[in-house]
Parts: sequence; C-alpha cells; structure tokens
Amino acid sequence: MEGFLNQLPIGLSIGAVLLLIALGLTFTFGQMGVINMAHGEFIMAGAYTAFLLQDWAGRSAVLVALPVAFVVAGLMGLLLERSVVRFFYGRPLDTLLLTWGVSLVLQQLARDLFGAPNVQVLSPEWLQGAVGPLPYNRLFIMVLAVGSVVAIWAYMNRSAQGRRMQAVMQNRQLAATSGINTGRVDQRTFFIGSGLAGIAGVGLTLIGPVGPTLGTYYIVDAFLVVVAGGLGQLRGAVIAAVALGLLNSYAEFWTNASLAKVIVFAVIIAFLQFRPQGLFVLRSRALT
Amino acid sequence: MLSVDGLEAGYGRARVLFGVSLAVTEGQLVCVMGRNGVGKTTLLNTIMGVLPATGGTVTFEGRDVTRLKPHERVKLGMGYVPQGHETFPQLSVLGNLLVTLEASGNPQSALDDALEVFPRLKPLLKRRAGFLSGGQQQQLAIARALVTKPKLLILDEPTEGIQPSIILEIEEAIERLHASGIAVLLVEQYLDLALRLADRYVILDAGQVVHAGTAADLQGEEARRLLAV
Ligand SMILES: Nc1ncnc2c1ncn2[C@@H]1O[C@H](COP(=O)(O)OP(=O)(O)OP(=O)(O)O)[C@@H](O)[C@H]1O
Ligand SMILES: [Mg+2]
Repeated sequence: MEGFLNQLPIGLSIGAVLLLIALGLTFTFGQMGVINMAHGEFIMAGAYTAFLLQDWAGRSAVLVALPVAFVVAGLMGLLLERSVVRFFYGRPLDTLLLTWGVSLVLQQLARDLFGAPNVQVLSPEWLQGAVGPLPYNRLFIMVLAVGSVVAIWAYMNRSAQGRRMQAVMQNRQLAATSGINTGRVDQRTFFIGSGLAGIAGVGLTLIGPVGPTLGTYYIVDAFLVVVAGGLGQLRGAVIAAVALGLLNSYAEFWTNASLAKVIVFAVIIAFLQFRPQGLFVLRSRALT
Repeated sequence: MLSVDGLEAGYGRARVLFGVSLAVTEGQLVCVMGRNGVGKTTLLNTIMGVLPATGGTVTFEGRDVTRLKPHERVKLGMGYVPQGHETFPQLSVLGNLLVTLEASGNPQSALDDALEVFPRLKPLLKRRAGFLSGGQQQQLAIARALVTKPKLLILDEPTEGIQPSIILEIEEAIERLHASGIAVLLVEQYLDLALRLADRYVILDAGQVVHAGTAADLQGEEARRLLAV
C-alpha cells in the first residue's frame, strides 16, 4: 500500500511534464498539421538553460530559468518555423523527416556544447522535503503544469490573440478570408508551444539529470498523449497526460521498465480502437 | 472598383478558369451565374487569393492585388462570404464576430452595425456557431463579413439550401447593403432573385464568360438556355 501511494506523485508529476510537452505538440499539429520531431530538443534546451543559469542564479536557477527557458525554447521554435517548417505546410511527411533531422543536429550540438555526459541542476533548498508521500519538487512540477494549463486556457478563451488562434484551428481558410493573418498566428502558436516544452525541460531538472537525449525520452509519450487526447484539444490533453503518467508509473512499479512500455502501448492501441479520433474531436481543415 | 482580367486558375494540373474577365464598378451589384461546377466558387476564391491565379490579374480600387494574401485583400475592403454558410463552429456567435472585428481593427460600432442588419442574431450571441441552423449560420457569415466594413461584398450562393422566409431576409439585407452604396459581387443560382437584385450579370460556362450584360438582357432566351432553366 505504501508503494502504491509513493508511486502516485511520481505518476502525476510525469503526467504533468507530459502535459506541458503535449500542449505544444497538439497545438502545432492541430493547427498546422505539423509533426514536429524537434519538439523534444526544446525540452532539452529548457533544461540546459536552467543548467547555465546556475552560474549566475545559484540554486534559484530553476525559478529564474522558467521565463528564460520559455523564451529560449520559444525562439528556437519560431526559428524552426520560419527557416524550415513554413516551406512544407501541407506536407506532413516531409516536415516529419526534416524536423527529425533538425532534432539530431540539435542533439549533436548539445553534445558539442555541454559534453555527452549528463549534468545536474541543483534544485532550490526549499524544494527539498515532502508533505507525506508527496515530495516538494514533484509538487512544484504539478503546480507548474496546472499554472500553465490555466494560463493557456485564459489565453485561448479570454484574449484576442487566443480567439484568433482558435479561429485558425477551426477553419483556416475562413480565418484567412475573414482578415486574420494566419501566418502570424502560426508563428505565435509555434512560439508558445515550443516555449512550453522549455518550461517542461526546466521542470525535468528537478527530478533527474540533464543530457543531450533528454527530449527523446519524453517525446514519444507526449505524442501518445496528443493522439489519445484528440488533436488540438486542451481538455483531452490534460486527461490523457495524467492517465498516461499514472499508467506509466504504475506499470513500471508492478512490472519493469520495458514491460511497462509494452503495457502502455497496448492500452493506447486498445483505446484508439474504440475512439480513433481521441477523447475529444475538433473539426479542422487541411492547410491550403 | 474591382476588375478581373483574363483570370486563370485551377487545382493542381486540372485547370478550371480559362481567362475570366469581369468588372464591378462603384456601388454596382454584379451577379455571376452558371450551372453547377462551371467554376463560380473557383473564380471567387481566386479573386480573394484563397487560390493562386496562374494567369491574369485582379485589380481592386486601382491596385493590383493578384499576389496579395487573403487577409491583405480583406484589409483593403474586400469582404467575402464563402459558399456553405461557414463559421468557426466552436466559437460563440459573438466570438465569430469579435475575432473578425479584432483582426480588422475596426471600432465596436462595426459589430453593432452588422447586428442591425441581422437583428435575429442578437438573442443568439452566446450560442455556439456550430449549433445554429443553416439559415442562422448564413446570416452570421454575412454579418461577419460586414464587421470588416467592406467596400465590396463578395457572396457565394448565400441562399443555397436555406428556407424561403430566411432567403427573403437575406435578399432584403443584400438589397439594403447595395442601396447603402456597397458594391456586391454575388454568385446566385435563382434567376428570379438575380433579376430582382442585379445591375449587371455574367454567365460562366466551362470556366469562361459566355454571356454578360444588364439585368434586362437576362430575360432573353439565350441567357435562359445557358442557365438551363
Ligand atoms: N478542391 C478542389 N480540388 C479539385 N477540383 C476541384 C476542387 N474544387 C472544385 N474543383 C473542381 O473545379 C470545378 C469548378 O468547381 P467550383 O466549385 O468552382 O464550381 P461552382 O460553379 O462553384 O459549382 P456549384 O454551383 O456547385 O457551387 C469542378 O469541376 C470541380 O470538380
Ligand atoms: Mg460553388
């Protein structure tokens, strides 16, 4: 029973990280039909941002890194959109291969810059400790995810920019002929989505070491969240991320890491048999 | 005000428009007619920049807009209501209007004016657009275009699949807008409605203009034969 309880914060915090990663993916996929394989490297960029900021901010690096990593990863995403992705809208397979290439290049770049071995980011003293079975650092990650979801929800539903983003997601052509600059909305979505991956990266420094392949550990699961939650769906992503995080950690707890992966995949495949469109559906149109 | 010269467009290798020319002068209502599949929607989409023109030019108020993006054309004063009463289905009626208003930078009064044209929308403002009836969606679609304060309103079969009483309302709205000085380019299948509204008409067949003239000419045998009515 105690093991069961200890596993809960692990599952929830992994779910929280997956959610942060999946939000960006689901928006870029739902809105632009882009499968961005380099998204995982924005996580890594966020984590290394926290690592670098330690020199300057010491053990508060994690806090300082949150906004900085958001901007750093966001700008990387924007750069990727402007320099590569925008030329291949409407061609998902080309984009997939290209961004995969970019992902490998970024990993190598990280190896050259920071070395292949993992590095450690020291978390703030006030995050050491726990309430019952719930360690503060995992609690912090959950708060981070909840805060981000609330912020994204407010942005989408309460701001003019967010409304424009929804319009483009729901009917791109109509948005364009209604006077919305869809290209600019795409850039903004890419920036925010990538920035969230950067925040996820900072969160990950609290529960593990940082290495050039950090992103690849999480990106597949994040894609599963996107597919299971329904493209472009905030609600779906939240539910799917928490479910997947819990499923992952309990399957690992009761079996072992590789068997757990098999179980997770089996559950998701079974789920998609019943609901191929994911938990929630959004009527969206192809890019023209 | 709008001048289309030798416009060519198509989908991939399938060409649909073979050099279409037409003009809408200040305050005029021009009706484009033709059988299903002759390229009316393709023509409007090319005029709005949704489809790239492979030949010819589109000029609006003396400015060559052939290469402009759709939203840039909207900014210049071209309002478009696409075929099939399209909305942003998950936004509310108000959300649909607001998102257009915000993109246009027009003052709130533009939205209020648009609602005056279709007062039926007022009690529905909080409703999701996807839940409206076809007729209500069409009124919303036109209201949304009006929010951009267009100088030229381009409408693609606004009465298609809509019940007679609402058709009447839409017709009256178009008439009033036209009377207020807005130029209109209208695709319409109902000959009666076209006859009542249009100053001039253009008949398309197989991606070409086969007939054009004033509304009076439309009564003639030739025009009726081309429309197969
Ligand atoms: N997206 C598309 N891809 C390929 N071909 C298309 C596409 N849209 C239309 N077409 C073809 O282009 C031609 C003209 O279609 P268009 O929609 O412009 O006709 P229309 O005059 O508006 O017809 P309707 O009165 O039924 O609305 C048709 O032969 C149609 O099959
Ligand atoms: Mg049509």
